[in-house]
Amino acid sequence: MSTFENPGFLAIELDGAGWDGADLTRAVLAAESAGFHAATFTDAPAPGRANALQRAAFAGPVTRSIALVPEVDTVYTEPFHISTQLASLDYVSGGRAGWIVTAAGSPEAAAAVGRSSVTGAALGQEAAASIEVSRRLWDSWEDDAVIRDVATGRYIDVDKLHYADFQTPAGFPGAGYSVKGPSIIPRPLQGQLPVLAPASLIGGIPVDALDAVLVSAPTPELLAAEVRDVRARVGAGVAVVAELDVVLDARGQAAAARGASFDGGRAAFAGSAPGLTDFLADLLKEADGVRLHPASLFVDLEELGRWVLPELRRRGALRPVVQDGTFRDLLGLDRPASRYATAAAAPAGAGK
Amino acid sequence: MKQHTRAKSEVFVPSGQIQFGVFFQGVNSGTIWKAPESGSQTDFESFRRIAQTAERGLFAAFFLGEGLRLREHLGRPHALDVVGRPDAQTMLAALASVTKNIGLVATQNTTYNDPADLAHRLASLDLVSGGRAAWNIVTTDNAWTGANFRRGGYLDHADRYKHAEAFVETAKRIWDSWETPDGPARRVLHEGRRYTVDVTPRLPRSAQYRPVLFQAGDSPEGRNFAARQADVIFSAHPKFEDAVAFRKDLVERSLAAGRGANAVQIMPASEFILAPTAAEAAEKKEWVRSLQIGPQQAIAYLEQFWGRELSAYDPDGPLPEIDPVVEETSETRGSGFHGAKARQLADQWRAEAKDKGLSIRQFVTSKTARIDSTFTGSYTAVADQLAEYARVGAVDGLNISPWLVPSGLDDIVNHLVPELQERGVYPTEYRGATLREHLGLETPVRSADEAVAAVRA
Repeated sequence: MSTFENPGFLAIELDGAGWDGADLTRAVLAAESAGFHAATFTDAPAPGRANALQRAAFAGPVTRSIALVPEVDTVYTEPFHISTQLASLDYVSGGRAGWIVTAAGSPEAAAAVGRSSVTGAALGQEAAASIEVSRRLWDSWEDDAVIRDVATGRYIDVDKLHYADFQTPAGFPGAGYSVKGPSIIPRPLQGQLPVLAPASLIGGIPVDALDAVLVSAPTPELLAAEVRDVRARVGAGVAVVAELDVVLDARGQAAAARGASFDGGRAAFAGSAPGLTDFLADLLKEADGVRLHPASLFVDLEELGRWVLPELRRRGALRPVVQDGTFRDLLGLDRPASRYATAAAAPAGAGK
Repeated sequence: MKQHTRAKSEVFVPSGQIQFGVFFQGVNSGTIWKAPESGSQTDFESFRRIAQTAERGLFAAFFLGEGLRLREHLGRPHALDVVGRPDAQTMLAALASVTKNIGLVATQNTTYNDPADLAHRLASLDLVSGGRAAWNIVTTDNAWTGANFRRGGYLDHADRYKHAEAFVETAKRIWDSWETPDGPARRVLHEGRRYTVDVTPRLPRSAQYRPVLFQAGDSPEGRNFAARQADVIFSAHPKFEDAVAFRKDLVERSLAAGRGANAVQIMPASEFILAPTAAEAAEKKEWVRSLQIGPQQAIAYLEQFWGRELSAYDPDGPLPEIDPVVEETSETRGSGFHGAKARQLADQWRAEAKDKGLSIRQFVTSKTARIDSTFTGSYTAVADQLAEYARVGAVDGLNISPWLVPSGLDDIVNHLVPELQERGVYPTEYRGATLREHLGLETPVRSADEAVAAVRA
């Protein structure tokens, strides 16, 4: 049996849960008790799907260990709102929040807010600008800005608040804009939320703006190779997360007979729990983590929790789940100092 | 879902009941942070504690404000008062999972949001909470706030309610667009001067049909807007005679807008300072005020109007003899500041303080404390006072701003609520599962496309 020098983590996409609060609670608790490290919430437009960030926020107070990572669009959403909403998610989850950056390219998304459609390379640039705004706003309150000093009557130390003064760069493809700051909310509990993006946006988004990339391949066979390719592009400082659709033999039905249809363009694994366990054990030697997209949330989640995760854990392939740990802890990231913190208090180059 | 079963009454009928809401204040000067028992303003636990206490007290709703830019003082963020707050809808979505009944009201601006996006997020909150969401509609119109947004400060003051109304009508059409609870949804189009919206909504109706609409704003335009669009209005008139007059005015406006006399409920902001006896309550009030307006706050308050540093002045001495800077420098000088009238106001204030023998601190306390909206007294006396409000229908409810976080509702829930229940003027259980049911509001009439065309702006 192989040994793992760097055990990985498993995320699960909870899209199969409905909009109803009870459904969401059930889904996220099932994922947490199954031992998943992170739950993600898609926000692509689909009938009946509630806002991803709110679903993640709803899950915050009822969970203790699982990281909560919604998709949030960067093209047609105000960067100031995104930043404060994500910082708030970090507060309501006790530091377990992350952000999957998406860039809506559909004409429908543009029409909904009455703007012209953004496509191609411009999507990455819009995303990069939004990430930069959020990161600056998260840093705009130094950690010890709230002082509550009764003697001087000061609630905050104004010297520890900073204007973000963001300006879209020259050559920005869309309508340029600026954001003043500071944030309306103190620095998130994690300092900076981990920022994840699909590998397809790298280029438009500079690699050093990201903490993790989501990697897809057309087939399971090609996935490990794609992970290695992306790793070579992003270096060791960025976590690489493989994307995998999953349908398992379950409840006496073979995976093939369950009639799952995947249309995400991702590699799909169909088969038995032991087969998936072996596949993931190999994949986790290449990837820092794997995000599973189950064909049927509760059916597959039950199999995963009963058979796959315990065996992976027994083999040493998975990091321990830490109660009250942060998402940064899970990714092995230190808590950075604010970029605006005075030199005496923090090392230079504290960016993300 | 029942559709508008109650007959539209031309005559106002008091409900005989008072409901409570709680306003968890973010950036403000009323929340005491200097007392040892004062907790965090941002930790989730503070929000959870207040919301769950309110729910134990059968409060109809939990309200959050919206932050779009930090207050400034003489060109820098204001340092003295509580500052910083989570995003309203994100926090309310989290509270939805640890509460069962209480309504969740998000203050959201019509100027710096997109209608389709905001309507979708409010519908999401309404669904995950099982029909408990509400939108407190506010408007902003200044470039200073706009500096944080892509769209900038593009809205003229005169246009803000026109824009707000087109925005709200669009949101209503988005919420109304499902033919049945299971769909399909109708495409919603709006072409206005400020926005073009072309969207096929994604979310079904909630258990309460659509989010309850609150409106804050006291100008004639604001009142007319509420009379046409809102379910509940926050008024600035909690004092008994004012409240009765405001009710009369709002009933007239509601009827003129083609709605029933009881269509819009009234829920003014309020503060409670309570104790077992009147004497203890009076003493408590002194203590509360001394912590709300300390010496530094008193000076800073005058600095907003004077436009200059006044730190050399003694807070326990008379108002500054020096004149204010007249030109209007920025938003940050305070909403009450009007450049041309600065000197006139200073003269007036100096005369008033001299007349009444007030120091700077005493004068500022008299200007800033919520004198009109404070209910001070013994539990029984205040309960008697509120019973009279309920009897004549002066208000439908009160929106309480606790001056202490997170324990600020404890005495209200433990002592005042039972007194009110004994008098038969306060609910003894939640009326239903949704906010609309708690408030006894009618099921909204589905908005018709024809009606919408008329208010396009």
